[in-house]
Amino acid sequence: MATSYQLKRADFIFKNENDWEEVLSKSFSRTPQELINELISSELKGRGGAGFPTGLKWKLTAEVANDTKYVICNADEGEPGTFKDREILSMVPFKVLTSMAVCGYVIGAKEGYVYLRGEYFFLLPELNKAISEFEYYCKETNIDFTIRIFMGSGAYICGEETALFESMEGKRGEPRNKPPFPSNSGYMGKPTVINNVETLAHTYTIFKYGAKRFYDLGVQYSRGSKLFSVSGDTPKPGIYELELGMSLADFVEEFGDGDTKAVQVGGASGFLVPRKRFNETAIGFQGKLIGISLPTGGSMMLFNSSRSMFNVLDNYLEFFREESCGQCTPCRVGCQQLLKGIKAVKRGEKNAKYLDKLLQLTETMKLTAKCGLGQSVANSFSSIVENFREEMIY
Amino acid sequence: MAKTIKISINGIFVEVEPGTTILNAAQQAGILIPTLCYHKDLCIAGNCRVCVVEIAGQKRLAAACATPCEEEMEIFTNSLNVHHSRKHIIELLLSEHNADCTSCYKNGSCELQKLASDYKILKQDFIPLVPFKNYTIDKLSPAIIKDDSKCIRCQRCVRTCEELQGVNALTVAYKGDQMKITTFFEKSINSVVCSTCGQCINHCPTGALVEKNYIEKVWDAIADKTKHVIVQTAPAVRVGLGEELGLKPGSRVTGKMVAALKRLGFDAVMDTDFTADLTIMEEGTELLMRLKGTLVDHDPEVKLPMATSCSPGWIKYIEHMYPEYLGHLSTCKSPQQMFGALAKTYYAKARNLDPETIVSVSVMPCTAKKFEANRTEMSDSGYRDVDYVLTTRELAIMIKQAGLDFMKMEDAHFDRLMGESTGAGVIFGATGGVMEAALRTVYELVTGWEVPFNNLNITPVRGMEGVKETTVKIENPLEEWVFLDGVELKCAVAHGLVNAKRVMDSVRSGESDYHFIEIMACPGGCLGGGGQPIPTSPEIRRKRAEAIYAEDEGMPLRKSHLNPEVIKIYKDFLEHPLGEKSHHLLHTHYTERERF
Repeated sequence: MATSYQLKRADFIFKNENDWEEVLSKSFSRTPQELINELISSELKGRGGAGFPTGLKWKLTAEVANDTKYVICNADEGEPGTFKDREILSMVPFKVLTSMAVCGYVIGAKEGYVYLRGEYFFLLPELNKAISEFEYYCKETNIDFTIRIFMGSGAYICGEETALFESMEGKRGEPRNKPPFPSNSGYMGKPTVINNVETLAHTYTIFKYGAKRFYDLGVQYSRGSKLFSVSGDTPKPGIYELELGMSLADFVEEFGDGDTKAVQVGGASGFLVPRKRFNETAIGFQGKLIGISLPTGGSMMLFNSSRSMFNVLDNYLEFFREESCGQCTPCRVGCQQLLKGIKAVKRGEKNAKYLDKLLQLTETMKLTAKCGLGQSVANSFSSIVENFREEMIY
Repeated sequence: MAKTIKISINGIFVEVEPGTTILNAAQQAGILIPTLCYHKDLCIAGNCRVCVVEIAGQKRLAAACATPCEEEMEIFTNSLNVHHSRKHIIELLLSEHNADCTSCYKNGSCELQKLASDYKILKQDFIPLVPFKNYTIDKLSPAIIKDDSKCIRCQRCVRTCEELQGVNALTVAYKGDQMKITTFFEKSINSVVCSTCGQCINHCPTGALVEKNYIEKVWDAIADKTKHVIVQTAPAVRVGLGEELGLKPGSRVTGKMVAALKRLGFDAVMDTDFTADLTIMEEGTELLMRLKGTLVDHDPEVKLPMATSCSPGWIKYIEHMYPEYLGHLSTCKSPQQMFGALAKTYYAKARNLDPETIVSVSVMPCTAKKFEANRTEMSDSGYRDVDYVLTTRELAIMIKQAGLDFMKMEDAHFDRLMGESTGAGVIFGATGGVMEAALRTVYELVTGWEVPFNNLNITPVRGMEGVKETTVKIENPLEEWVFLDGVELKCAVAHGLVNAKRVMDSVRSGESDYHFIEIMACPGGCLGGGGQPIPTSPEIRRKRAEAIYAEDEGMPLRKSHLNPEVIKIYKDFLEHPLGEKSHHLLHTHYTERERF
């Protein structure tokens, strides 16, 4: 195994934020174009899981002519197994707020929103305090930018950016058709940058230290560090900042309990990797450096040999059955069929071959579902069923 | 004009306008893509995913209805990926659908059934989901039946209720497997703001929303020798019925329809157009009285603008949504109810029949008429004024059941006494028609001259614009109406309740100063009614409207006050408009309703 994939810890995100005023004024002294170039050359990709290049997102939105634009911080952290955004917002909120204001400056937006997950209601008082302080400073320094918090109500789907806009507009949280994309038509039909909490925290690092410092972390295609929410059968659950590109084997060596059977990378919508594939799996975005490369929003769930993979899958599917918005056929009906299907196989009401029909169904869901939710159900389903087929049957 | 976009679909090169969806581009290239949640009347939802297509270079399939063409796109509408996915999606929909097709009212006209047939879904592997859900059928409305077990969640009804009607009685609730189309607090459709217009039925692809049908009841009545069964037909039925029986939209089948009704066994076939003409006499007089009350007597109790009251969907809507404006509604009953009240009084007397034995049936382009006929106050004859209301669709079903070869029917004429009509009565079926008919008569009664429009065609109130306005200046009136000299009569016409809302809001805010407003609940007026043939589309409604106006032009008489049977009924029975008998039989009152 190549040494370059060893696990490397990093420490940027939670490092003190006392210099936010400095980072803010320094950034405002540069031209928007410079800031965009800085972001692009850092190769930062969205940390929510989808991995869209952040610099490009800002650039596209900056290029659209419109008097009204918005910056939205997606804090609807709903993926099972992730809890990093909560920590960022409680530990270093000013980093996020600063990046939002800089983004506003770059794209020409005067209003920002934090879409806060319903269950994170308890963060509200502290966050509001931080926002008042931040806005006060902005006013003092003639920065025309306001930030408001919009409370979500607990639907997983509202973390999907266009469903989030619908929710903010007072409508039912359902994903929109794309195109148009948020850079052209987002919240209220206006050009909008929507970034994950962690992405904004990283842009703070980049504006503070310059792109190179960030770029030097990680590997090709997957630059920088990332927060990982480690949970499950591990002696040390928690949040860790690690460089991207590590192999899963190294990760398990660090966090496993010596009996790790499989790791779910990327939460319920991610992939389950069995022990035999730990060596050939890297954690990062596209590009095959070794074997498979798995993107993640940061959720890493470890399972040891005491766990039934049927129960794991059953649990995920229960989640999706309930959290699908119900709008499109493949996702709404597909999730119900998958859940009922594996139960029927387990009970012997359908024979084992029915699992193949369900695998085909997940293929259709991946191809045809309207948004990322329905498309990604296939990930956990097929990776669990293909690797632990016997556990589904017996 | 912007530059066109060049794409290829299944290897065929097509040039389209920027913004054209793949679905429409394919149509241009002569390629049909199946759809379910798509409807020409509605915004794009892209939720059923039946219309998915493959685009070269893209990992995922795209919904053809929701994806605009881009330069050099290479699209495949029937690749193996597309074929398998589409089949899967249809299977999924069927697994969630109560596919008891042979006992479904929509058997044979269900879009999901057609897709299942086109794609030959021969065995259903997926687990049927209907037994796991606790469905109940909502049958409490006299007009609409809602069966959630047949719902495929395409949301066409929800979009219809919101976009075309602005009512929002139907909405989406819950998520995931619990997601369903329902009403406020899941109440019966009969106890919410639903106007019973039936547009949701017209736009539902399956049997989830259907009219409550009275076909068997009518067959029973016809077969009952002790009953005298009469039928009236609304103006819009004659330009719609043909579509259900194999003819093109816009076919006029008045004579064949009358012949068919006679062959079905009705004892008398008469015309709602007659009471449409009568409505003009009553409502036109009422308008003049209101103008006098305001302009001469300055009576604050007299309300202007006066709004028409022919459309029962509109009536129920205003009762829910603008109850403070009920005094603005004309007190005239709708033509259907005027006919009903006269059938068991005037007609019974003239034919020497015991009204007890008369069964009064109406054929309407409308489902709200079923609700209207059921209103408790609609019994001024001493009996239920109208016993059964059939939609255009139900009549077509009866014609098929009776084995009538509709195309071979010889044209027949309506029966006398309440069967004569004018072109003014016919145009009630189109948006603007009541306004036009009223102006033709009112103007002439007041001035002694024909309304100053070429060939009586008041074109500003015709057409499919959502809200139409016109002003008619009254000059040199007859002595009796001298107070109207120089008055500019301001009129507005709206169709589709979403446009009714626009007009009512402008009245409420004081932005407008209309004297007379015509409102029809359905898009295009009655010809686009909730009881008309399915499918409907802007194009189809335009065709039906053309047929209505052609019917008008072909009539020897085109002004309501010239209808000889109308003249006769005032001479023999009613005496004069707004008279004692009229007041009792032809006018009504309205009720405020809850707004949820």
